[in-house]
Order: sequence, then structure tokens, then C-alpha cells
Amino acid sequence: MAVETPLKGNIGDSIKRKEDDRFIRGKGNYLDDISLPGMLHMAINRSPFAHARIKSINTSAAQAVPGVVAVVTGELLAQHKLAWMPTLSGDTQAVLATDKVRFQGQEVACVIANDPYVARDAAALIEVDYDVLQAVVTPQQALEPGAPLIRDEKEGQKDNHIYHWEAGDKAKTDAAFEKADKVVKLDTFYPRCHPSPLETCGIVADVNPATGHATLYMTSQAPHAHRTLFAIVAGLPEQNIRIISPDIGGGFGNKVPIYPGYVVATAASLLIGKPVKWVEDRSDNLISTGFARDFHMSGELALRNDGRMLGLRVKMLSDNGAFYADAQPSKFRAGLFHIVTGSYDLQAAHVETDGAYTNKAPGGVAYRCSFRVTEASYLIERLVESAALEMKMDPTEIRLKNFIKPEQFPYMSATGFEYDSGDYPRAMQVALDKLGYQELRKEQAEKRKKGELMGIGVASFTEVVGAGPGKHYDIVGLRMFDSAELRVHPTGKAILKLGVKSQGQGHETTFAQIVTEELGIPAADIEVQEGDTDNTPYGLGTYASRSTPVGGAATAVVSRKLRDKAKKIAAHLLEASEADIEFDHGKFFVRGSPSKSKTIQDVAFAAYTNLPEGLEAGLEGVTYYDPPNMTYPFGTYLVVVDIDRGTGQVKVRRMVAVDDCGVRINPMVVEGQIHGGLTEGFGIAFMELITFDEEGNCIGSNFTDYLLPTAWETPKFEMGETVTPSPHHPIGAKGVGESATVGSPAAYVNAVIDAVGHLGIRNIDMPVTSDKVWAALNEKGAAE
Amino acid sequence: MLPAPFEYHAPRSVDEALDLLDQFGDEGKVLAGGQSLIPLLKLRFASPAHLVDINKIKDLDFIEERDGTLRIGPLLRHKAAERSSLLASRYQVMADAAPMIADPIIRNRGTIAGSVAHADPSGDWGTVLLAMDAELVLRSKKGSRTVKARDFFSGPFSTALEPTEILTEIRIPAAKPMTGGAYLKLERKVGDFATVAVAVQLRMDDGKVGSAGIGLTAVGPQNIKAEKAEASLKGVRLDDAAIKQAAALAADASDPKADHRGSVEYKRNVVRVFTERGLKRASERARGGG
Amino acid sequence: MGQSITVTVNGEQRSAEVEPRLLLVHFLREKLRLTGTHIGCDTTHCGACTVLVDGTPVKSCTMLAVQADGQQVTTVEGLLTGGALHPMQAAFKEEHGLQCGFCTPGMMLTSIALLKDNPDPTDDDIRWALSGNICRCTGYMNIVKAVKSAAVQMKAAAAVPAATAAARS
Repeated sequence: MAVETPLKGNIGDSIKRKEDDRFIRGKGNYLDDISLPGMLHMAINRSPFAHARIKSINTSAAQAVPGVVAVVTGELLAQHKLAWMPTLSGDTQAVLATDKVRFQGQEVACVIANDPYVARDAAALIEVDYDVLQAVVTPQQALEPGAPLIRDEKEGQKDNHIYHWEAGDKAKTDAAFEKADKVVKLDTFYPRCHPSPLETCGIVADVNPATGHATLYMTSQAPHAHRTLFAIVAGLPEQNIRIISPDIGGGFGNKVPIYPGYVVATAASLLIGKPVKWVEDRSDNLISTGFARDFHMSGELALRNDGRMLGLRVKMLSDNGAFYADAQPSKFRAGLFHIVTGSYDLQAAHVETDGAYTNKAPGGVAYRCSFRVTEASYLIERLVESAALEMKMDPTEIRLKNFIKPEQFPYMSATGFEYDSGDYPRAMQVALDKLGYQELRKEQAEKRKKGELMGIGVASFTEVVGAGPGKHYDIVGLRMFDSAELRVHPTGKAILKLGVKSQGQGHETTFAQIVTEELGIPAADIEVQEGDTDNTPYGLGTYASRSTPVGGAATAVVSRKLRDKAKKIAAHLLEASEADIEFDHGKFFVRGSPSKSKTIQDVAFAAYTNLPEGLEAGLEGVTYYDPPNMTYPFGTYLVVVDIDRGTGQVKVRRMVAVDDCGVRINPMVVEGQIHGGLTEGFGIAFMELITFDEEGNCIGSNFTDYLLPTAWETPKFEMGETVTPSPHHPIGAKGVGESATVGSPAAYVNAVIDAVGHLGIRNIDMPVTSDKVWAALNEKGAAE
Repeated sequence: MLPAPFEYHAPRSVDEALDLLDQFGDEGKVLAGGQSLIPLLKLRFASPAHLVDINKIKDLDFIEERDGTLRIGPLLRHKAAERSSLLASRYQVMADAAPMIADPIIRNRGTIAGSVAHADPSGDWGTVLLAMDAELVLRSKKGSRTVKARDFFSGPFSTALEPTEILTEIRIPAAKPMTGGAYLKLERKVGDFATVAVAVQLRMDDGKVGSAGIGLTAVGPQNIKAEKAEASLKGVRLDDAAIKQAAALAADASDPKADHRGSVEYKRNVVRVFTERGLKRASERARGGG
Repeated sequence: MGQSITVTVNGEQRSAEVEPRLLLVHFLREKLRLTGTHIGCDTTHCGACTVLVDGTPVKSCTMLAVQADGQQVTTVEGLLTGGALHPMQAAFKEEHGLQCGFCTPGMMLTSIALLKDNPDPTDDDIRWALSGNICRCTGYMNIVKAVKSAAVQMKAAAAVPAATAAARS
């Protein structure tokens, strides 16, 4: 009778997740679950106007409400030099407005009370006298001469222009365009959307008046970096700050910035001497926290008559809102947008990017974008679609003709990225076979004769993740290494502490698996800890798909360090020389005599009880890993849509996703990440939108207007994989968290364009809603 | 996003409820399903001083055909309508509409009567009642009156219902033979309000249209009864030309606003397309198919 | 302060004095410290706050605590029986139907109610029933798998007493 052996948890094992045990019981410890004795509650009063001067603030009615302990305004914060704080992009941001409000929803004053209902009642009673100013609502408007100056408080800021940044070789690109047989242009807009994790942001700030220690429970994707920033901004000694990021209900980049609410709650706790909790409402979250995208893009592709791409020119204008608060590596003003050559062998490319202030919430880099790679991927994949239509080539054919070939890796791109590995034609072939592409093209042709609209969309994306080599990648100067600390106990169990921080990606399981693979300790015996800055090594956190590439590498390296020491101990136990010791998944044995062996558990015990001369006790280590390069996951996504000509409704009939993220630590977890990303991509492509009217009023600041796909709309996904390991990563893994959000929006939109391209329609901006599709058809006389 | 303070009352009988409402006047509000009212309270778009919760009153969730009339009580939940075999077999426009209200969890609590009394121009049930020529029974401490659905709605969130009244019964003429109906709703996702929706109710009479009811959702300051479109069908054969003409008239009767769901032209076109499709489906059902 | 209410929560009678405006979700989370029910929005859309009231899924952010007086409420904390996982909980773990876990309590409770009405749902039945519960992490694929798996487990478990009874007769 066969007994099913539970999987040990090696790399490649789809073991079930340890963290689930508490979540399925409703015993997660999310921020709002935290309750401390004497804890007070904070609510924020926000500006109803997009741009207005503050004439006066009257807090007396608010202060008179029974249960209110304090009301904090910008003026009070200014006395403690806390009214403004630095952003992650080298700008400053108002904590609480002092002179002006610069976006609708901006934080103006905070009430701290003994009850959350009372805090909100009182916040509504704060009277602010505003002098409304003209709002600037688009970056084009912002850059017009004579536009209202938004950042008039900023020394040296004469207009609303933030940055200009270029990549690539302009002269070489211009030359390529001279030689082109055809130039295909596309102007497109990647609208403002929002990561909108199901759990909003929050903090419980507990500054102990007796000891001066500040324990900040915070929804933070990067607790160590946040601790350092708090120390600098609030002037608190860093050793007295402990940030504990508990269970997080989704991050997607929303929990990377430092928000005014965190700062005020901390200041309030410091001044009052009691814990202060602030948890935002969904409306607060959507109107004021780090949005995503809002990129106006213009691309030009130079081509030969046979479809070979010669050059790419891109101009981009980003709408950064009222403060330049992108969370991105400091050397790149527009994130990694310059990966825009994508999967193609384009030897000449030039990218020009500019950023502008507007009267909107600050942000831009968020929502699983890989530091603006989703914008880049969208542009190139949409441009290739246009090229296919213009050149009357099949969209897969034009891609295959221009893909970087497997033998060209490592590949240096025209904008300076060294792609580590890839096999784009193979991923595409797997996808085409899975879809039954040729049959569907036949069906499309038949349907077209009858006037029925059906489309097949293609996107072959290349991602760049794993920030990153310290030389080039830092966030406000903090180099983007990451860390892992591993300690094995006498009874052979282990504890792994990380500098990254899961928000649902399953690190407690998958990072243990790396140790299992390298050291042979079963994953079930490995405790993984993240998020408590007092107890974990310094790291830059989890976003931009960096955990596996950087933190995972650190984990593999530290495991190998321990394995090296373990070998010495094993040699001692086996009375052999270290050079003769072999290791195989938890077993140390003498070469040639496999029966002469010791397990890792034996060695662990010996590390505390029976050591060779001169060797320190214990079996532990810490590694700070500086990756030699980024990693480059890739894939091909195919989408089939049917369109109703009477209503413009688009129905996704099928979605095939073939991903290559190198070695997959836990295939079940990897697939889950992709499912989630494909759904967010679907939402972005078809329904998610934050927009503004001419007065800067925000539309999309609650779930009535900001539409998230439910299980009913969301398509079923058909998954495939190829595995092209990363040559430089210790376990060959590349990371996958954002591949699907990066690559899928173009696939969905290309499907719609493919359905209507024969009518001459080249672009419908996201979200591709039914009315826009109908309007495009109607313009061509093809609507019902 | 939390309600302002109010006083709460949970009467055990309709008379008790009416007594309370009479006392409170403008300061009182009926709480039935609460799926429209409580969100408004949380946004502080409504701050009544007194809530009169009718959920503890027994036997208000009836749905029955009696004396030539389909009668629906004030506590019939959307979910019960969705599950009703009576509606599925004989009142298809209602059976079509019920599962399209909000989302499945909201449908567990929300009520048809509450939705009608709330009178959101994007609400579905008002449109259905207009297409079906329903009547509404309004009771106050002082007595009872019946108002036709076509006279009930007077603007966005505005009806003939007084603050001292409860909508105690919805009355719909019982389904005659050769009747069929359909409700078509375009929504951006489950749980969104309608972009456009059309209710069609047809009674066929010897191969011609005996009577037609056409209601429109989300294309005007209130749910609309497309009376000219209805009249154009009376007594005619339901051929393609008649359908097209009725659909065009329905589109004309609509008065949509341009917004993020679409332009005026777009919404009008959907009215036209849905009226056509709805008439075809209703007529199939009237003939015993679909 | 307010009204006296007694609500049976997970089989246990709980009494408290509450303001009428206190939302049921806050009653559960703050007064009873049952924090497994979560809050994800403020417009009754997301379903993270879903509980069962007399067996029926309700968004507890859109019900007043005073309305639950005299009723039975089941939260995720009430799913364990004698320390054993409910088949739905086991299935969610088995099928990787959760990532961050925030929507999970609501998803499971709505699914449990679905299976009571429809013990053998299709994928579409499940997706339709869950269209009032938003998830941002999973893309719903594995949630559907989990519910299907739970359905199979629960049907098999229900069949056992019937089979035993049949064997006896």
C-alpha cells in the first residue's frame, strides 16, 4: 500500500502555504486588527478643492466634540518642522497643507479622538476657508506658458516642469529613421489607475513617552527603508524606531510611499504619549495615495519593407500630480521606462521623457508596474500591433522576425540594459499551439465576411526586475541590495529572516523552499520572518518583483555559507577530510561511501555540541546580496475577444498566458501570481480609471466609480510555461510578481484593435469601455 | 465614512411603524433592506434623526397571485424574486431583472419596494413596474391610497411617497396568456449601476400586439415609460418594421446624460438596440418559446 | 449610549450596549474582537466584510449592529468545529485559493452559503455567486477550484450517513 510522502519543499515542489493556516481561520494579524491599551484614533480632514489657498482653519468646533484629544494642523506641524517631508524622488511633499492645497483630497488637518466614529464626526466639523484657484488638470496644460504655478513654495521652481530625462542614442536613431522604408506612429495614453489592494493603508504609532522608543505598526512594503526615512524626517534616533509591518492585505506598490497619515499619527503619538491608530477609508486611499501610470506616450517605429525594425523613437510625458513622489531608483527619473525596446532587436532607440506637476494626488510608480515597465511594454506592443496592421503582416510574424534571438543573449539593448537570458520564439510557439492560433484566424476570416467582430491580441513582453545592482539602483541613496539571515537550531530546525516583505506572495513558504533546496532542511521546519525591523536584516523591501531575484539570491547564498560550515562539521563527525565530503539534499557523505553519512540535523546538533577545533559554535549567517544584474522574465500572451456591434461590449473569450520566469520555486504560487496579474491587467485594460474634471474633481475615488473586476467578468486563464534560467541568479530564478500586469494590458487591447483594425481603427485608449468601442465603430460606419 | 447619530426603532407591526412615521414626519425614514439607505447614511448624504426599521414586522415578504393581481410585499428581497418560480414562469421581465440588481450579497437584503421607493433613475425595478403598468399601495396612519407607477416617480430620488407613508404593496396585473417580457441591462461590471437598461412587456392578441410596456433605466432624470413607443405597437403585427420603429421611438423618449459610461448618442443607441432585442425576446416568450 | 442588543455569534450569545449607528462589522471587530471579518471599502462593493446572518451572506458594513439583535451571525471564526477545519477552509488552502488572505473570510462564507443552496455548482455558478466579493490577488481561478473541491468533499461527507442508512435498511 503506497503512502503518499508529503513534499519536502525543494525548489519545484508545489507545497501548500504555511501562512494559510492563520488566514483561513480569520487569524491574520492585519494592521486594523491591532489594538493597544489606551489607543486613540485619527481621522483626516481633506481638501474638497484641487487648488486653493488656505485663508484660515478653525478647529474650535472639532476640538469641542467630547472624546476629541487633539486636532493637528499644518501650522502645528510646522512648529516641529514636520509640515513638509521628503519624497522618494527627491522632492518634498506636504504632510498637512499650510499655504495651499494642491489636489482634491489633500490632507489638511487631523483629529485624534478616543473613538473612530467621534474622530470622523469631529473631522467633519473643521472649518477651512479656501480661496479657490484655477486647477491644472493635464500635464499639457501644466506645461503651457502662463499656467498657474503649482509648486510656488518650492525655491527655484518657475513652472510646472519636473524633469527631463533621455536614454539611447539620438543621432543613431535619427539615422535609422532616415533609412526607413516605413515609419509607424502611435500616440497613446496609459491612464491613471490605482493599485487598490483590498486592505487600505494604516499605522498604529506607539511612541513610549518614558523610553522614547517608537514602535510603528505600519502597512509597509519596505519597513527598513521606512525606518531610516522616519529617523531622518522625524529626527527620532534610528535605534529607537521599530517598524513592524504585520500581515498585509495586498500591496501592489500602494504601500511603498510614506503617507502624511503615517507621519501625523507618529507625531501625535509622540506629543500625546499614547498609541494613535490611523486606518484610511477606501475613498481616502483612492483619492490620495500612490496612484499608477498616467503616462502620455508617443512612439515611432522605423521599419524596412520586409517588416524588420530599424529604430524606435519615444516621447513621453508623465503626470506626476502635485508632488514628485514616485518610488523609483534615484538615477532613473522615469523608472525603467527605457526598456521600451522590449523583446525586439532594435539597435537604435531614443527615449525622451518629461514629467509635470498637476493638481492631482502624487505618485505614478505603483500597481505592479516594475518601475514603469508596464508603460513601456504597453507602448512597444501597441506600436508593433500598429506596424503589423500598416504592413499587413500577421502580428506574430512581425514579432518573430524582430525578436532578439536566443543566441544573442546576453543582449545589450540600445538603451543600456543587459538582458540576461531569453527564448522569445519558444514562448510564442507554446502560446500559439495552446491557443490553436491558425484555426482562430480562419474563424476570424469567416466571421468578418458576415460582419461579425472577433479579434486575437498578441503581446510578447520582456520585463526587467530584481532591482538591483547597487552601482545603478538606489532608493533615496539606499542601495538596492537585499538580505537574508539564517540560523539553524540544535534540533535541526531553522529560522530565516528577510529584508523583503510579503503582502500575499507566499514568502513564508517559498523562501523556506530555497533553504530546503540548499541545505536539505524540510520547509515545514523553517520559520520565515519578515517585517520587524528589530529582528530582520536590512533590506529594501518587496515591490518591482525584486524579492526572488535579490532576497531569494541572498537566501540561497546564505544557505550555501551555512552549508560550507556544515561541511566542516560533517567532516569532523565523519572523521574525513572536508575535501572528500559530498552533499545531497540534506545528507553529507564521504565520496565513494554513501553509507558513511550524516544528516543536516546531525550536523546542526553538532554545531552546538561537538565541534572541530577552532570552529565557532552555531550554524548561522547573514548575507547582503548585491545582484550583478537585473533579471528579465518574459512571455507571450494571447487574447481572443468578440465584440457586440450594437453595444460595443467586448467579451474575452480566451486568454492564453505563457510565462518564463526562469526557475519556478513553487509552481503553484507562481501560477497564482500570474492569475492575479492577468486580472489586474484585465481591469486596467477594460474598466479601471481615475480621472478628473476641469476643476480637478476626482472621479474614481470610490468603488462606485473605480471599477474592479469580479469573478464574473474576469476571464479564465490558460497557462503555459517555458523555463530559461537566469544565468547569474544563484538558483536561476527571475521573479514573476509583475509579469502579468506588465504584459497583459497590451494583449487585451491588441485583441480589440485586431478585431477592428481592418476598419482602419488603430487606437482606443484604455480603459477600453463599450462606449469607446462603439464610438470607434460608429465613426467608421460599422456600428449596429 | 460613518453615519451621523440617529435614533432607531424596530416596530413589530405596520400600525406601530406608521404611528412612528407619523410622529417623526420629515425626520423619519423607513429602513427595509438598507442597501441603498445605509450607504447614504455612511456618506452622510442622508442624516435622518429617526430610522424606523420594518424588518421585524412579520408577513411582509409575500409574493402571490390573487384576484387577477400579482401582489408583492415591502420586504420581498431581490433574492426571493430571483428564486421565484412564479416570476420565472409568468413574469419574465421581473425574473430577468432580479438577478441583475447590484450583486448577489446585496440582493440578500435589498427589497424591491425599497428600491422603488428610493427611485434612483438608474434603478431597475421602477422601470420594470412602469413597463408592467403596476400600482403602488401607500399607507399612512391616516389611511391608504393607490398610485399608478407612471404617476409615482417625479424626478431623481423623488416620488409620491410621503415621509409618513410606507409602500406596503406592489400590484401588477396578473399575467394573461400570450404575454412575455424581457429586461436587458448593460452594466460595466456586476454591481455597477446600469449604463442603459430596457424593460419590455408584451401581450399578444391574435397575432398582433394587444398591449406593450416599455421602460427605460438610467437614461433620464427618472425611470422612463416610453409611451409613444408603446402606442406605436398597439394593434400591429410585430414585424421588423414595427420593432425598428418602436425602438427608434424608445430612443427618442430617452434623455441620457453624457458621462463616463458613454455619450448621449451612445446611450440612445443602446436604448434602440435593447428595445429591438427586448421586443424580439418578449415576443418569443409570449409565443411560449425562449 | 444606546440600545441593548443580544446577538448569537458563532453559537455564543453576546450582549452589548451599542449606539444605533454602530455598523455590524464594527460591532464584530471592535466590540467582540473578532477581527477575521475585514473592511475593504466604504461603498458596499468589496464584500470583505461578508458574514452569515441566519445562514445568509450579508455585507456587515451595510447592516447596523442593532439590526442583528436576536439573530444568528456566523463569522470566519465560527467555521472550525472542535478544532477541525471546515472543508471550505481546507479546500482554500489545498487549492491555493488565497494569497494575502484579506478577502478570504468573506469568500469562504459566501461559498458555504452557495453550496447549501447548490451542492453541485458549475464554474459559472460559483463565479456568479462570488460576484459580490472582490479579490485583488488571486484572479479568482483558484478560488473557483477551491469551492469546487469543497463541494466534492461536502457531497461525499453528506453521502456517508445516507450510504450507512441505506446499508442498514
